[in-house]
Amino acid sequence: MSRLAISGRIGLALVVLWVIVALAGPALAPHGVGEVVDLDVFSGVSRAFPLGTDYLGRDMLSRVLYGARYTVFIAFVATAIAVVTGVLLGLAAAAGGWVDMLLSRLFDIVIAIPSLMFALVVIAATGASIPVLIGTLAVIYTPGAFRTARSLAMGVMALDFVSAARARGEGLPYIVVREVLPNVTGPLAADFGLRFVFVVLLLSGLSFLGLGVQPPEADLGALVRENIAGLGFGAPAVLFPAVAIASLTIGMNLLIDSLPGRRRR
Amino acid sequence: MTAPLARIDHLRITATGEDGCEIVIVPDATLSVAPGEVLALIGESGSGKTTIALSLLGYARPGCQIAGGTIEVAGQRLDTASAEELRSIRGRTVAYVAQSAAAAFNPSLTIMAQVIEPALIHGTLDRAAAETKAKDLFRRLALPDPEGVGDRYPHQVSGGQLQRLMAAMALITDPKLVIFDEPTTALDVTTQIEVLKAFKDAVRDLGTTAVYVTHDLSVVAQIADRIAVLKGGEVQELGTTEQILFAPTHDYSRALVAAAAPRTPAVAPAVEEKPLLDLWGVVAGYGGTNHDGSPRVKILDGIDVSIRRGQVLGVIGESGCGKSTLARVVAGLHAPTAGRILLDGTPLPPVVRRRSRDELRRVQMVFQSADTALNPAVSVGAAIARPLAFYHGMDRASARAEVARLLDLVRLPAALADRLPGELSGGQKQRVNLARALAARPDLLLCDEVTSALDPVVAEAVLDLLIELRRELGLAYMFITHDLEIVRAISDDVLVLYAGRVAERVTRDGLRHGAHHPYTRLLTASVPELRPGWLEETPARDAAAAGGARMRDMGCSFLPRCPKAVDACAAEMPPMLIEDDRRIFCHRSVDTLAGR
Repeated sequence: MSRLAISGRIGLALVVLWVIVALAGPALAPHGVGEVVDLDVFSGVSRAFPLGTDYLGRDMLSRVLYGARYTVFIAFVATAIAVVTGVLLGLAAAAGGWVDMLLSRLFDIVIAIPSLMFALVVIAATGASIPVLIGTLAVIYTPGAFRTARSLAMGVMALDFVSAARARGEGLPYIVVREVLPNVTGPLAADFGLRFVFVVLLLSGLSFLGLGVQPPEADLGALVRENIAGLGFGAPAVLFPAVAIASLTIGMNLLIDSLPGRRRR
Repeated sequence: MTAPLARIDHLRITATGEDGCEIVIVPDATLSVAPGEVLALIGESGSGKTTIALSLLGYARPGCQIAGGTIEVAGQRLDTASAEELRSIRGRTVAYVAQSAAAAFNPSLTIMAQVIEPALIHGTLDRAAAETKAKDLFRRLALPDPEGVGDRYPHQVSGGQLQRLMAAMALITDPKLVIFDEPTTALDVTTQIEVLKAFKDAVRDLGTTAVYVTHDLSVVAQIADRIAVLKGGEVQELGTTEQILFAPTHDYSRALVAAAAPRTPAVAPAVEEKPLLDLWGVVAGYGGTNHDGSPRVKILDGIDVSIRRGQVLGVIGESGCGKSTLARVVAGLHAPTAGRILLDGTPLPPVVRRRSRDELRRVQMVFQSADTALNPAVSVGAAIARPLAFYHGMDRASARAEVARLLDLVRLPAALADRLPGELSGGQKQRVNLARALAARPDLLLCDEVTSALDPVVAEAVLDLLIELRRELGLAYMFITHDLEIVRAISDDVLVLYAGRVAERVTRDGLRHGAHHPYTRLLTASVPELRPGWLEETPARDAAAAGGARMRDMGCSFLPRCPKAVDACAAEMPPMLIEDDRRIFCHRSVDTLAGR
């Protein structure tokens, strides 16, 4: 196992931190998510409220600890669906022929629809709920995963060892699963991380627009939105959720960057 | 003895590995080049020959650094020179000719603009004088149309011409030292001779001092005054060309010379008369088909081949002649548009999908590049075990024993079974490749340039292995190569392809005498012999003709390069001339072709 560079370790630490927060957040939170605990609103950082309080006087630390699980959970599930679907279809398309033609044109159409607009329309039509959010995000990010998997697999398909397997008489499923897949897992893992970051950002954007997770629950994007009025007072309530989103995405990016990108030869 | 022009003293070059530790590439190298001398650096890949040659430009590749020792060219220290000083030296005092001229030229500028650029940058000549000088160099380098070639773009001239143009670019500033880095390695044999001749004449006439980097001893024999044999970044032996070639003292030099020497042909085991593989009138190509079913781009046209059981057929021709496509057609990877393939007299379906598992088993292919022919994620043992399970239905335990037997057969230790291909050397990978093909217990092995990517000493060992395997297992080979020496060493029969058609089929012994297709003659005359002076004795050829072979719809494709062409050659397909041990496709009579 190769050692990670320093930037990679920082990234790993940040990602692990957010995973812990997502799993154990409610247990760690000093107050309930909807509990109004402060008489003042938008109060600053204090011993009692390490991240200040929000526009209703709720503890921001507890709000962020509860909110992170929505962001991480929704983004993870949506990314997993998008990448698994994209990779399966991408590998199927890598063999070429009419399957490739059909799938590629289909995903071209999906890509042609502006993603934010698509999300707004779907959510406006069906109402915001967590399954709808996950489904929408998955649909938006599947074509990218499909394209990445397809081009990676096509590169491997052109190599001699695949020709050797074809000359041996192997079927397509064997070639794709045994010969191609092990040689594209590294780049696909990096692609997963990158796509996760995109999903976090789009989800936060949707929540900021009020179409994401609905009150009284709130994910990180929604926390920024509901406390936006505090911006004028320099309240930490608007700053910390934004910092949380940034540290999660930057951490993931740092981690991906330092993954051993080149596969072993 | 005069003072050396260039001197490398206790040179040490190191690289920093991915994990941060230091890797020594050149531990301690010392050599010198006298003015007007051509010094060859010879060694296999990884011997540090290019690294040492580049250090004469004061250059270390990214990740490498010159860690110690001194480098001196024409009285200037390069190891301590600043970037500014190096800039004034490179291209002026020391010039460089790279291996791939095609990658070294800018495709969007004319050749002349690039050839005179060093002179303009260093201000040695004004534009008009530089262009005059460039044309003079073009003439010296025996380029066709020296007046006009400068106005063309790099893609409009052939690879061999481009390599010579690159030499012109290096020579335009009258550098004191020119470094040739494997300049003919990527060229076909017939082209290589032209380029070598041009280099040699130019270097001699201009009195240039040169360092010539190569792995090919017979090339070195033609061009070098002295040879430095390198291994592991150290000079193993340094001597005059004659001494190294005829009286090498170091063990490694001996191995190198032995590998380059003509081989005594292997004694052929008895060959059955029954044909194993027959190809009748095979036509194959790319880019879809025309109305009449012929391919838009024809690669192979009307190929008839027959291989008997236990026989080795050498297929030879220059790059692009269709020899690899021929192997792919037989393997079922490329469907022919016409013609039949018979295995043991029964028709073989054109594509893999329709062939039965037993038909697939009997024909196995060994690919050219050992690096890409093995899946980097699959262990050696698993790769060899797959055909055992696939064709013979072996379970894990018996497959494991069989893998050990097969590894032993290709002279590899059984412990290698658990390793990944990335941990193996090139020669080991090629053996694993062979073992995987042998695991199927085939009747016919299609060997596509299996030794051409290997270093000479390693290639030699693989070739010996192939000869032994044939004797032990009674295999038939279709042995595809561009190297006539290898064909002579291993084949019973030789099939000469030119531009997708058969030019000649002849027995190995018949190759040495008698009537031949003019192209066969050109090929045999182009293989450098391992002795100085051979190049001078070889008659000059029409350089313009070496522009790449194209298949002609009408008449003989070899016509533009043929010294014996007559009128009929342009209009009609060449008829087959039959002698007892050869078939020649030519319009001229056997007597004419034999030079009688």
